[in-house]
Amino acid sequence: MFSYTIFIMLLPLLSFIVLGLAGMKMQHKVAGLIGTCSLGMVTILSYITAFQYFFGLDRVNGVYQTFVPYNFTWLPLGNLHFDLGILLDPISVMMLIVISTVSLMVHIYSFGYMHGEKGFQRYYAFLSLFTMSMLGLVLATNIFQMYMFWELVGVSSYLLIGFYYPLKPAIAASKKAFIVTRFADMFFLVGILTFGYFVDSFSFNFAGDIVMGQGTTPFIEGNLAKAVAAGGFIIPTALVLMFIGGAGKSAMFPLHIWLPDAMEGPTPVSALIHAATMVVAGVFQIARMFPLWIEYAPQAMSIVVWVGVITAFYAAAVACAQSDIKRVLAFSTISQIAFMMVALGVSLPGHHGAILDNHAQLGYMAGMFHLFTHAMFKACLFLGAGCIIHAVHSNEMALMGGLRKYMPITHITFLISCLAIAGIPFFSGFSSKDEIITACMEYSPVVGWIMTGIAAMTAFYMFRLYYGIFWGTENKEAHAHHTPHEAPLTMTIPLIVLTVITVGVGVYTTIAGFAEWGGSFGSFVSAAGTDYTIHFNIQIAATSTVIAILSICLATYIYKGEQQPIADRLYATFPKLHRAAYKRFYQDEIWQYVTHRIIFRLVSTPIAWFDRHVVDGTFNFLAWGANEAGESIRSWQSGDVRQYAVWFITGTVALTLILLCI
Amino acid sequence: MNYSDFLQMTPEVFLVITLIIAFFADFCLFKSESKTNILGSALAGPLVIVLGTCVLAASNHPEPISAFGGLYVVTPAINVMKAILTFGTLVVVIMAQKWVESQKRLAGEFYMLIVSTLLGMFMMMSSGSFLLFFLGLEMASVPLACMVAFDRHRKESAEGAAKYILVATFSSGVMLFGISFIYAATGTLYFDDVCAAVSNSPLCIMGLVFFFSGLGFKISLVPFHFWTADTYQGAPTPVTGYLSVISKGAAAITLCTILMKAFAPMVEYWNYMLYIVIVLSITVANLFAIRQSELKRFMAFSSISQAGYIMLAVVGNGQLGVAALTYYVLVYIVANMAVFTVINVVEQNNNGRTDMAAYNGFYQTNPKLSFLMTLALFSLAGIPPFAGMFSKFFVFMAGVQNGEPMAYGVVFIALVNTVVSLYYYLLIVKAMYITKTDSPLPTFQSDANTKMALAICTAGIALFGVASCVYEWIAAAGI
Repeated sequence: MFSYTIFIMLLPLLSFIVLGLAGMKMQHKVAGLIGTCSLGMVTILSYITAFQYFFGLDRVNGVYQTFVPYNFTWLPLGNLHFDLGILLDPISVMMLIVISTVSLMVHIYSFGYMHGEKGFQRYYAFLSLFTMSMLGLVLATNIFQMYMFWELVGVSSYLLIGFYYPLKPAIAASKKAFIVTRFADMFFLVGILTFGYFVDSFSFNFAGDIVMGQGTTPFIEGNLAKAVAAGGFIIPTALVLMFIGGAGKSAMFPLHIWLPDAMEGPTPVSALIHAATMVVAGVFQIARMFPLWIEYAPQAMSIVVWVGVITAFYAAAVACAQSDIKRVLAFSTISQIAFMMVALGVSLPGHHGAILDNHAQLGYMAGMFHLFTHAMFKACLFLGAGCIIHAVHSNEMALMGGLRKYMPITHITFLISCLAIAGIPFFSGFSSKDEIITACMEYSPVVGWIMTGIAAMTAFYMFRLYYGIFWGTENKEAHAHHTPHEAPLTMTIPLIVLTVITVGVGVYTTIAGFAEWGGSFGSFVSAAGTDYTIHFNIQIAATSTVIAILSICLATYIYKGEQQPIADRLYATFPKLHRAAYKRFYQDEIWQYVTHRIIFRLVSTPIAWFDRHVVDGTFNFLAWGANEAGESIRSWQSGDVRQYAVWFITGTVALTLILLCI
Repeated sequence: MNYSDFLQMTPEVFLVITLIIAFFADFCLFKSESKTNILGSALAGPLVIVLGTCVLAASNHPEPISAFGGLYVVTPAINVMKAILTFGTLVVVIMAQKWVESQKRLAGEFYMLIVSTLLGMFMMMSSGSFLLFFLGLEMASVPLACMVAFDRHRKESAEGAAKYILVATFSSGVMLFGISFIYAATGTLYFDDVCAAVSNSPLCIMGLVFFFSGLGFKISLVPFHFWTADTYQGAPTPVTGYLSVISKGAAAITLCTILMKAFAPMVEYWNYMLYIVIVLSITVANLFAIRQSELKRFMAFSSISQAGYIMLAVVGNGQLGVAALTYYVLVYIVANMAVFTVINVVEQNNNGRTDMAAYNGFYQTNPKLSFLMTLALFSLAGIPPFAGMFSKFFVFMAGVQNGEPMAYGVVFIALVNTVVSLYYYLLIVKAMYITKTDSPLPTFQSDANTKMALAICTAGIALFGVASCVYEWIAAAGI
């Protein structure tokens, strides 16, 4: 059963090796086809896996079972061991679908987008590497495997952001992304080691053992109990440390600073890595460790909630003032991922007693649901932005405007995705976002209303972006020598596919939610693995819809026209606020200050002095000593055999005497 | 005498057959032009068979086998080690091809000598009594001296061989002295009986130390190491490689088994002895290595310090020890043989240059060779993710497994020395990549055998660490 899943990992690895070693000798088309075909097969296998997992198996007690088709012990270290394997449970299967679908779309899309680029083969090799690592991350059977692939994902992201390495900003951005996420990963590693040290296991087999309504008895009980006995704070500490790693990868405030810069990479890469897959790794990590969070660290979950809320608000505010379309999308991604974080964070058990009630189910399910829908429509938005950049040769909104006439397909798909992210009924974002807000309301009305407000901001800035690109004044000057044109088929087909998914899922889940049908998202993925029926709270759904529509109207009112007097007046009235938002509230400058002034000046300079004078001095002394010692014992090695024999017997006798004395 | 007991010692029997084949092949091909090629392949085939038998024996016989009334004892761990050493010998035979060709008429002798030393080591490793052990040791030592002296036209070669045989004789004498003490104290030469009868009397302690110094000579531990530098420098490069890995590995596993088997009751004594010898070996050898300007001499000191790390596995007398030691030797074989293969090919192509200055700017003219050499040096220094890091890790684990405070101290000193060793290994890397020179060695084309040897070694360096099944296989046999 599921033995074929190994190929899901092996195929991209194989194509990475083939393209990496022989790619430079291939024609562009051949290299691209190899990458795309192997991913095509991965996608088919993923869909087969998902179909078989969700429909081909009977649930036991209404719970989807966890399968581990492979688990090799890689390094045994006493009780602890590092394993490599494949674990199938609802969330990993769902992630399989997300990753393979988006990755395949990006592979196809890149044919057009990267056409004729130098290093085309290298690009496809890295895409394969990334896909392999990301699949390994979600299929991991233990935290350590997850960490290994987590780092691999970081490496491939680094390589892809820096793809245009002759350009300085690309290199700076790739370095920034790598360093910031590595900094966060350090905490992740410390968390893993703490966990491993006290719990004596890296395995994820605590997951899936939660049974709805029966409490959470069968964990890897003994080990965890031992860790709890050693100190109640240990597991929460380990989890929070791991969360810091996840926050780095998922660009949570204040570790988000790498993501906007990462937009220097090729746009399809942004769609794949920095919108749909890698950046949700942090969310996935929390979902993976979820049984531990609710059992052992329910209080600590409020950290997740508030980090999420602050990030969501902050990123939405910044997105309102950006002029680079990819940056708007980047901040929107940060904000939406924060929604998922909040959703997971608010899934506390209703009463502290570790019984998973409906409430906890809701947040978890909503977070995962939003991860799924967001991946699809955000990938579509990014790919659409790619088409626009392809047509206009710029990221700046000022050079766009009035593009709807030239690019009808891009326009329609972009509009639909904007409606989805804004949370309009019958588009996929509505169902998931509504569930998140419902969960927040149940957690605390304050959080609920803040999130509703942020959802309104989302609708506003997305439509500001939409109108800025497709409506408004056409920049005749920029288009004078080059009329924008619709992208080739290889680029528009992925847009259409992703839009169809967005609309299809949206229509079905909206109707299913209102009609309270089973078989919606909650039936497949839920905290307890049981069948969870989504039903909308009409009041909340209506409120958020109305607010979303109002913000869209506001955006239309301000930004649709050829002239934008209101917007100009607003900038004139609040120049400082706009500037601050445009400058992302000086976050980068603050980090710069912290790193340069405080860390470099206050910490590094004294350390450097210490290093130069004390450490180097010591080592120079040691080296001198070693040299001198070498010089003085040189006579031992005289080449005189008689002397060797004397030393030999002296050594033997000395050893005997020492042993006789003890 | 029960002749069917010979069936128990299949690897040795096959080695004897190999020896006979080599002899007759040499005899028949007296004047043939392509003699070395045929001889080389005539030898490689049987060696592969020996390798296969050892592997089979290791996996088929989980219980120790005893033959000739306990004179010959073989455990799965020993069989694994035999397989590893045969593998190493195979690599030596492959890489030595070009040098052997230059020996013309005498080529056959080299192959016979190398097989007889291997046979001696096999005997030594699977001995169940001091008698067979001593016979095996001498059987390995004497042909080795001939191999060291093989470059007859170089006087260093003869000098190295003379020193080797003199010190070997001396150490054999000391060791026999020690064995006779043990016989006097226990009245037996069989390891199992010695174990039962041995005590902490001064006689036994003297016996232990004298015996230890004899094997310490073979492993070249400080203070029994003095011959190493001269002999390594003088010997032909393939022989130096053989001495530094195969001969050392065989002696190390023998010492390990005898200490654990025959001297088990005296564990605290020999643990102390090991602490002293390990710290001395690693530190002194590192101090010497820093100052060397001759690459083969440098590798001699590097091998002394590596020997210290190998012996670290024996400290603690625990389950992990044998496996860690065997694994370390395997990884050490591939890394060291890669280095010696490069030294050899450089020497063959550049009129016998082996000084370190020859490697200045090597990267500009021979980038591939210098890259492989760098990988091998990284592995020797224990830089992750190469196999050397894993082998050092397991050895350290084995060293501290019993949690004795002294062992922690020794492991700490070993760790500090790892940093020192990193420094001097990087000196070569620096010479190859950074040091500028007007006249780097010219670009040359390596022959097919060198390429094959390097490919095997590099694959080992890259894979033996990450592929945990290798260690698991060894560990399964070791326990």
